[in-house]
Amino acid sequence: MNNGIPKWVDVVLIPLLSLILAFMVSGLVVLSIGKDPIQAIKLMVYGAFRLNDGIGPTLYYTTSFIFTGLAVAVAFHAKLFNIGGEGQAAIAGVGVTLIMLAFDWPHWTIALFVGVIAAAAFGAAWAAIPAYLQVKRGSHIVITTIMFNLIAGSVIAYLLVGPLQASGSLPESSRFPSAASLPTLHDILAVVGINFDRFSDANITFFIALLAAFFVWLLIWKSRLGYEIRVFGNSDKAAVYAGISPVKITMIVMLISGALAGLMAVNTVQGQAERLVLGAVEGAGFIGIAVALMGRNHPVGIVLAAFLFGALTQGGVELQFEMQIPSQMVIVIQALIIMFTGSLENLVRMPVERLFSRFKKGAV
Amino acid sequence: MDFSTILQILDSAVRFSTPLLIACLAGLWSERAGIFDIGLEGKMLMGAFAAGAFSALATLPVYDGGWGWETGGMWVGMVAAIVASVLLALIHGFASITLRGNQLISGVAINFFAAGITVLIGASWFRQGGDTPQLPTGGRFRPIELPFSETFANVPIFGPIYQNLISGHNLIIYFGFFAVLATYWILFRTRYGLRLRAVGENPGAVDTAGISVIKLRYSAIIITGILCGIAGAYLSLGTSAPGFGRDMTAGRGFIALAALIFAKWKPVPAMWACLLFGLLEAIATKYQSIDLGFMILPGQFMQALPYIMTVVILAGFVGKAIPPKAGGEPYVKER
Repeated sequence: MNNGIPKWVDVVLIPLLSLILAFMVSGLVVLSIGKDPIQAIKLMVYGAFRLNDGIGPTLYYTTSFIFTGLAVAVAFHAKLFNIGGEGQAAIAGVGVTLIMLAFDWPHWTIALFVGVIAAAAFGAAWAAIPAYLQVKRGSHIVITTIMFNLIAGSVIAYLLVGPLQASGSLPESSRFPSAASLPTLHDILAVVGINFDRFSDANITFFIALLAAFFVWLLIWKSRLGYEIRVFGNSDKAAVYAGISPVKITMIVMLISGALAGLMAVNTVQGQAERLVLGAVEGAGFIGIAVALMGRNHPVGIVLAAFLFGALTQGGVELQFEMQIPSQMVIVIQALIIMFTGSLENLVRMPVERLFSRFKKGAV
Repeated sequence: MDFSTILQILDSAVRFSTPLLIACLAGLWSERAGIFDIGLEGKMLMGAFAAGAFSALATLPVYDGGWGWETGGMWVGMVAAIVASVLLALIHGFASITLRGNQLISGVAINFFAAGITVLIGASWFRQGGDTPQLPTGGRFRPIELPFSETFANVPIFGPIYQNLISGHNLIIYFGFFAVLATYWILFRTRYGLRLRAVGENPGAVDTAGISVIKLRYSAIIITGILCGIAGAYLSLGTSAPGFGRDMTAGRGFIALAALIFAKWKPVPAMWACLLFGLLEAIATKYQSIDLGFMILPGQFMQALPYIMTVVILAGFVGKAIPPKAGGEPYVKER
């Protein structure tokens, strides 16, 4: 498995080197469109961490990416590739919208509680069908979840010009009742006397994301179910031999994964837009793949990686304002990170492993 | 619905199905050789951009920084599309064949990369927010009138069909149908094709026979790249509104992937699947919604139908779709 390399090399050094490679190639891309990469990096860091209006949006994006990253990671532990976070989060948005518009909410705490349940349930339901088709009909979960992303897109496009459309010409739902509005980080931190960015979208869902990360840690490493998931992921044959049902594990894992991806909707639909709009997910489902890869499928790694991608996303906004580099630069950087930490990982891993095995021989 | 309406819908079905068909065949080559490719979308987008951008460069007036060509700009675009798409295909090949990386992740990365880089470069070159300028006549593929289309025009039924449906398309559309035959013939009637299919089913056996798995897979990947480039070029050089627009593939790479599964990885069924999906798109474009009498189908349902049908096929409710056996597995030579 890890070919005798120390753990820190596997968990820290290799992702870091991959990341550096991805940033170097990104720098070349910036150069190729005639801009200064050093200035771009400075701007992005400044834009992402600036106290008055940088760190807030960064944490808002981070929240979404923690959810989608956890969703991908939980599935990865069972050797399942849930590429459907995009669709699951989108449908979860529908769930949140339906329930928020159905009642006059007396207090945000109740709205939050119910919103979380609705988002998780709808996300899980959208993941359940591909999971069921995989275990019962043998259809490849990657292809079905891709198809379900696209079907979700059509469902939302239909709902927003049809049943859910508010009066008006824009494809969006009515605004949620104001009592359902979630407290922002500004509101929360004001209680302890910190004057946090008033206009940022970061909201209380950030803490739910951290809770979710803790829950995933408990689940995967501290529970019986988590043990079964990991056994199944390492060897499905061994799992069957040990009396673990592949049907049960696949279903449960995909339900949890879909629910986690769905929770993203609490952050975006309920916490930020406070209504359903087109394209509310904006690729966060796919970024979850990168986050899980970078974070080595461990909740701590995922929170850190989500923060990195959140900072990238926010920093990219700055590039557009200050250097006229389209915000698509961020998509390119994200793509390169997915490439170098994912599919091209062996580019770094193989030489590093060779180096360490030689080093070890020298020591003996 | 009268005859001319039907003909009109079928005609636009052929046009809509062409990029799907060529991309679907692209996927067929790759997956038959055992390399999953969910990056068709990205390669097509890259091809569409390169085609639009270079055709524009060739035909733009010299004072705008172009070369000022009167004709032939589309061939510059076509070559650029193929080169750009093959480059992405080679990245996929390097990741999945040489480095034995995860082919699905590689595909996701390529789709992302193409979505970003096309806008980035496009905006930097043409300053139109990622779009290219509209192409002049000399920069695009024009409809070809087949011989006798005027002569037959007055023959009932056959005349209009020949004139509107069979004649009057551009070169890329005819190429699409030629590519079906060529793919079928090469894959199922030549030694190379037999070996390629074997590599997708049981690479170990091919290796034992002393044939290089790696070379075969790379050759398949390159063909995939060429075809994706042509499919993308069709979008920006072969339609009535020529020029590249950002995110112009709009999920066609995934519909092509769906068609590939729908057709159970076979070339001639792939053609029928793409024609069917093209027909759905043509109907959805012509009618906002369809009244079945007892219920009204919204246009979005027609858009989603290819995906729904693919899920149904995958689930094995209507004939089982079985992918090539070694698909997605990197080949590790035994030592």
